[in-house]
Amino acid sequence: MSQDPELLRRLLRAKDRMDAASDEDWPVQRLARVSGVSAAHFARSFKEAFGVPPHRYLLTRRIERAAALLRDTDLSITEIAFETGWESLGTFGRTFRDVTGKSPGATRARERAAPYDLESVPECFLRAAHRPALTIAVSEKRRREACGTKGSEETEVA
Amino acid sequence: MVGLYVRDQDEAFAFYVEKLGFRVHTDVRNGDYRWLTVQHPDQPSFQLGLFTPGAPTHDAGTAQALREIVAKGAMPPLVLVVDDCRAAYDRVRARGVEFTQEPVDRYGTVDAGFRDPSGNG
Repeated sequence: MSQDPELLRRLLRAKDRMDAASDEDWPVQRLARVSGVSAAHFARSFKEAFGVPPHRYLLTRRIERAAALLRDTDLSITEIAFETGWESLGTFGRTFRDVTGKSPGATRARERAAPYDLESVPECFLRAAHRPALTIAVSEKRRREACGTKGSEETEVA
Repeated sequence: MVGLYVRDQDEAFAFYVEKLGFRVHTDVRNGDYRWLTVQHPDQPSFQLGLFTPGAPTHDAGTAQALREIVAKGAMPPLVLVVDDCRAAYDRVRARGVEFTQEPVDRYGTVDAGFRDPSGNG
């Protein structure tokens, strides 16, 4: 599958904008405007280029931000939830646990106990590297865990 | 010398020279091939090569794949070390450099993220 490099460069710009402000709302219309394409074209092309639908990419960025704030700041979990773009503490806690396998509180305790020596890695690359690999939709992940199956063949669910 | 793939050598040359303060080191052509390197006045021992994927170095399929990878921002990081990151950010941003991250203070150092026109960051 080949994509026009000129389009890819514009899709990258939308991805960069989400990276820089993952706490903001990024409806497909807004992203499509950044890339200068229609909303339908954007959603399809973004997934083809970067392997995940745009909303799920944004979710992984928010989880990364929340994990970093849990580790590096004394903000309360409620403050972190709102700071990273969630509208309710309940949704944040549930989604964080579903994606990472641990609650925000447990993540904070574990991360603070672990040595940290990544000071010399530039911030934007560190953020990109610490993004969880969410290859399936959270709803699909929940369903599989509820069924007690892991499933080696992962199915893409948009 | 370390090379980057860029989508257009004239555009990349203008970016690295006019916006980031590099100057030309070598610019020689042989038919379609152009060997273009720039260097920064503060680090004359280092050359940055600006190369386009394509013939005669690459077949058409490889060249297309490389162009896509560059445009997706999937090439490895390019880091410039500066004395004052916030001042450098203000200066080159005013010249139109596309930033992906504003200066962030971490553990006593400040870093910011930018991309060249091709997608290298």
